[in-house]
Formats: sequence, structure tokens, C-alpha cells
Amino acid sequence: MKYRLGTYAVAAMMAASPVMADLVFPSLSYRTGPYAAGGIPFADGYADYFTLLNERDGGIGGVEARVLECETGYNTEKGVECYESTKGEGALVYQPLSTGITYQLIPKATADDIPIHSMGYGRTSAANGDVFSHVFNYPGNYWHGASGVINYLLEAHNGDLNGKKIALVYHNSAYGKEPIRTLEELAKKHGFELSLLPVDHPGQEQKSQWLQIRREKPDNVVMWGWGVMNQVAIQEAANIRYPMDQFIGVWWSGAQHDVLPAGDAANGYKAITFHAVGSDYPLFDDIKTHVVDKGKAAGAGDQIGTVLYNRGIYAAMLAAEAAKDAQAATGNAEITAGDMRDAMENLNITEERMAGLGMPGFGPSFQVSCENHGGPGLVGVAQWDAGAKTWSLISELSAPDMDVIQPLIAEDSAAFAAENNIEGNCS
Amino acid sequence: MPEQLVYTFEVFLNGLMAGVLYALVALGFVLIYKASGIFNYAQGVMALFAAMTLVGIQNGQVPFAHLINAIFGTEIHHFGWHVHSIIAIALTVVVMIALAWAVQRFVFRHLVGQEPILLFMATIGLAYFMEGVADLMWGSDIKTLNVCAAEGTCLPQGMNVWFEGSTYEAWGTGVFVDNLDIVASIVAAVLVIGLVMFAQYTKQGRAMRAVADDHQAALSVGVSLNFIWVLVWSLAGFVALVAGIMWGAKSGVQFSLSLIALKALPVLMLGGFTSIPGAIIGGLIIGVGEKLFEFLIGAPYLGGATENWFAYMLALLFLVFRPQGLFGEKIIERV
Repeated sequence: MKYRLGTYAVAAMMAASPVMADLVFPSLSYRTGPYAAGGIPFADGYADYFTLLNERDGGIGGVEARVLECETGYNTEKGVECYESTKGEGALVYQPLSTGITYQLIPKATADDIPIHSMGYGRTSAANGDVFSHVFNYPGNYWHGASGVINYLLEAHNGDLNGKKIALVYHNSAYGKEPIRTLEELAKKHGFELSLLPVDHPGQEQKSQWLQIRREKPDNVVMWGWGVMNQVAIQEAANIRYPMDQFIGVWWSGAQHDVLPAGDAANGYKAITFHAVGSDYPLFDDIKTHVVDKGKAAGAGDQIGTVLYNRGIYAAMLAAEAAKDAQAATGNAEITAGDMRDAMENLNITEERMAGLGMPGFGPSFQVSCENHGGPGLVGVAQWDAGAKTWSLISELSAPDMDVIQPLIAEDSAAFAAENNIEGNCS
Repeated sequence: MPEQLVYTFEVFLNGLMAGVLYALVALGFVLIYKASGIFNYAQGVMALFAAMTLVGIQNGQVPFAHLINAIFGTEIHHFGWHVHSIIAIALTVVVMIALAWAVQRFVFRHLVGQEPILLFMATIGLAYFMEGVADLMWGSDIKTLNVCAAEGTCLPQGMNVWFEGSTYEAWGTGVFVDNLDIVASIVAAVLVIGLVMFAQYTKQGRAMRAVADDHQAALSVGVSLNFIWVLVWSLAGFVALVAGIMWGAKSGVQFSLSLIALKALPVLMLGGFTSIPGAIIGGLIIGVGEKLFEFLIGAPYLGGATENWFAYMLALLFLVFRPQGLFGEKIIERV
């Protein structure tokens, strides 16, 4: 009897004690709702990378990584609920996966001493680590993206955009409006005419915008879309016979599911990117062997190499590398969110490190610092081949125009600092 | 003809076409509301469910494959065949009829005589349930819809070159019309004529109208309410399938399709909840109104993206003068 009671007591204690042996990486995913088609491959990639580390390496520094998924439906309120319900589990870093959620979490996460990694989205001026101590948006943000688009168009127009017409078709939301300021500054600098064409959520009906484009005949159309807006825009562009190779989207408008519904008509469409495309990397062989073949993939295992799966993998890799650095810096395998933040602020991703991870050249080399949480912002361009159904990089990752972007980051972050009485974290 | 006038005509014409697509969605609402007094919040999800089922059947996708594989550890996804579009449409209609029966049998039969707000709440629940079932059955990925009557005779997409060329020759500026919109207009016209003929000249149609007028009186002369409601939900399911095909051909079949219901609400407010011609005329007025407003005022002076709110504002304006909508029935209650 005593033995049995003792067993029950130990079992009860084990059940009641917090799980300390895991490194927790919450994933605010959206596998349902109108944006699920984009949310699923990212969430799968993010989860599969950590599963790979657990299966192949026994976790990170010997500690198992645990991905804590919480469904947001790409809804800001639900995203905040997810944050509140998961932060007590020992969350090390949040990927909010929505600009709206990121904005809401910035003050909360800062107060809770938990870092946010909003890679390629979120509040752009959070690149200024002096003001946004807990927000990181390396290796690129929207303003880098906007500049990258214009750099590419400069190249396409032999270095001269003077007098050219560029139309921005954008999601009429905080996300879609992010690049406008930068594009307006770049329009002044390079002398092109910028016309703005907002599309209301969800973007199922865009006839007015595309009839306007047909009338105004811009030299290039840039798209800042998400969800169904992307597929409809590409179809409408094809309908009015707008040259697809003069149509370029942001990195959230350049996945397989954005172009496939339009079929052959989408051939030649372009999108910017901050990481590589395709599956020709040793890492993917490991994922197949250790994750997919063992039946441990988050999805069906058929998304490997797709744009958003790769992005999920890339985000997970950056989080895992920061966790390793935190373990090395503290000498503890079990790290805190504060350790993670410090490691993210000192993260150094080199070409050798990426090659060692089986991802040579997958993304840029960069060093994060207290002042610069935004990374180098290198932007490349990928083009869709409808026949082969593949994206291919057609330009190297190259540097944005920081002469234009840096003052904008300084101005916006200074306004935030003034509103919130932030005196600067780096001094 | 002056270029600006041609552009205005182009916007007007495309507004009419967009209005037809809105009307297609609104029709489903009208059918159910007219016969049962239920405002079916799930109509948009029905369009999504119908379109997903059509593509799933066409592609030989195994329904609930993800669930089956998770439970039994199997790896089945496809049957390995491709079903012809016409057969797939027929099978989808059968599925929609089965759905109509299930909705009637398991939901609304138990709510007979309840307050309209409760029936409305039930349709909200139904919408979320169906969205979940559709996700489980067919997955969340975006599916390409390709409806073909025969090899090489598929739903057309893109500019009508003949019309563009003819208007260019006549006016010096070509006018854009989307081939898919032309097909949608023809299909909508056939659908409306078919529905009106069905309601006027068939026994079931007359019974449907009798139930719509006074279901107690219809019951007293032997009309089966259950049968009529299944019939009406089936017709609404068929209309949802047509709307799902037309909208799905534009964007691929994906969960955003359920949001097309938002486009139908101002149409219903304007045209009335009980009139089939009202849905069509309301759709056309909303389509033309929002497009012309965006072209003449919204884009040049207000920064664009005015269509969504303008449609509702236009509908509200009509409501001020005709609360029952343009073609809705004026209900006078004696106390």
C-alpha cells in the first residue's frame, strides 16, 4: 500500500511540475481560414526543422525542442490570446506571423522580456534595436523589400526610372501600406511617378484596380498582397494582358499557390525574396530521412522546397542557431527568453555556418547588433516558370538603398520612442 | 467617341458583369429566405463547400484523406482517376442535395416555430461547421478550378478580343470585357429564367411559392414542409455551386470564397430578401454603382478602395426610402 501511494505521489509530482527539459518555440500558426494556404506551409517548415533537430541531433544542445502551435486564423485578437496562453510555458521567441499581431505584441513581449522575430514583416522601424529592444526583423523588412524592387527595376530600365510610371497594388491594411513611405521617397529620388491602388480585404474583386492599370499603362506594377488578393491580381493582370515580366510582387505575393491558379498565364511573374528557392540543399535530404520518412512531418511532407515551407525552415533555423548561441554564452542547456534575446542580438550568421547546417547560400550572411536588429536587407528576385512550375532566382541577393531607408527607420522609431518614453537600450 | 466616355462605358459594362456575380451569390440567400424566413449566413460557405467538392471529385481526391491517414497510418490521397467536369458537377449536385436533406433533418426540423434570430444563429453555427468539414474533407490548399465541357472547351478566361477589336475600330479605344464574366452573365440569365419557370410552372414550384406565402395554409392543403425546405436548400446549394464555379475560376478554390457572401449583403438590402428579380437588379445596381463611384470619385479624389463601403452606403440609401428593398414584399402587420 505504502509503495503504491509513493508511486502515485511521484506520478502526481511529475505531472504537476513544469516541464523544464524543453526549449519551447511557440508557433502562432494559421492552418484555418482564408489565409490558411499561406500559413500551412510556413508552419510545417517551422515545425519540421525542430523535429529534425530532435530526431537527428537529440535536440538543441541535448535539450529537446518543443514547438507549441497555437491557431490564430491570422486574426490579431486570437494572436494576442495565443501569446497570453503560451508565454507561461517557457516561450523563448515568438514568430507572430502577422503584422497586426506583431504590433500588438511589441509592448507585451518587451514587458515580459520575450523576444519577437518578425522576419520579413511586422513593424519595419523595429530594425532600430536601440528603441525596440525585443523585436528583431532580420534578415530583411518591408522597406528593404520596397528598395529591392526599385533597385531591380532600375537595373531593368538601364539605371534610369526618370519619367517611368510604377503602380503599387496593395492590400488596404497596415501591412499593405508599409512600403508606401519608402516608395514615395524613392520616387522623389529617381523621378518615377508612383500611383497607389489599394485593394480592400479580402481582395476577391479587383476589376476597378486593373481597369485603371489598363488605362494608365504603367511601366511596372508592384504588388503588396496576401491571401486571395494575390491569385486574383495575377489572374486580372493576365486578363488585361499586362506583361507578366513587368509585374513584381513582395515576398508574401510570390509562393506557388499564388501563381498556380492562373495556370500558364502566370508565366514570367516575378517576386522578391530574402532567401533561396527550391529544395537543392543537403538539409532537405535530412528532413526527408529523419522527419518525412519516419512519419513525423507536420504536414503531408509534400511541401518541401516550396517558397513558404522554405521560409518556415529558415525562420526555425535562425531561432535554433540563436538558442545554441544562448546555451554557449550562458553555459546552460536550459535557457531563458532573456538569454535568447541576448543571443539574437549578437547572432552571427556566416556562410560557413549555413554550409555546416546543410543550407549553403540559402540566405545572406549577417551580424545582428544592438543598434541593428534588421539585418542587411539583401533582396533578390525570383521568377515563375509556369511550364516547369518552379520559381528560379534571376538576380543575386543585393543591398537596398540604406541612404533612403535609414532616415525613415530613425524617424519612425524616434516617434515610437517619444510616445513610449524609451531612452535607448544601446547606450 | 471621347476617350473618357469610352472608359466610363467600360467601367459601366464591367460593373454590370460584376453585379451579375454578386447577384449569383444573393440568389441563394433569396431562395431560402423566401421559402422559410431564414437568413442563411452559411450561403457563402455553401459556395465554398460546393466548389471544393466539385474540384475534389474532378481530381479524384479521397475525401477526409488526412484524417484517414492519421488514424490508420495509410498514405492514400487520390483514387487515381479524373472525373469529367459534367459528371463531377452532377455528383456535386447530389452531394448538395444530401447536404440540404441533412441540414433539414438534423438542424431546422428541430427548430420549427422558433424565433428568426435563433434560426439565424443556427445558420452561423452551420457555416462554421461546414467550413471545418470542408477543410477536413478536401484540405486547405488552393485548388485550380478547370471546368470543361469537352477537350479544349473550358471556362474561358481573359479579355474578349473580338469585343475589344470591334470597339477599337468603332471608337478608337478598345473596351475590355472578361470572357468569364460574359459566361457568368449567360449562366445567371439561364439560371434565373429556369428558377422562375420552375416556380411558375411546376407542381413543386407552386408548392414552394405556397409555402413562401403562408406555410400554415400550405400545410393545411397537404404540402409537405419538410420536402419543400429540402427542395429549397437543394436549389440554394445548386446556386451556390454555380457561384462557387464562377468565383473559384477567378481566384482558385480556397477558403476566401466563403467571404463572397459579404458582396451579396448590400445586394439583398437593395433588391429585397424575397425577390429573385430583385437579387438580379440589386446586383446590377450595386455592381455598376460601386464601379462608377470608384472610377469617377473614389480613385481620383478619395484615394481608392471605396467599393466595399460604397456598396453598403448605396444600399442604405435605398433602405431609407424603401425599407423592404426595391422588390421586397411590404409586410403590414395588423394589431
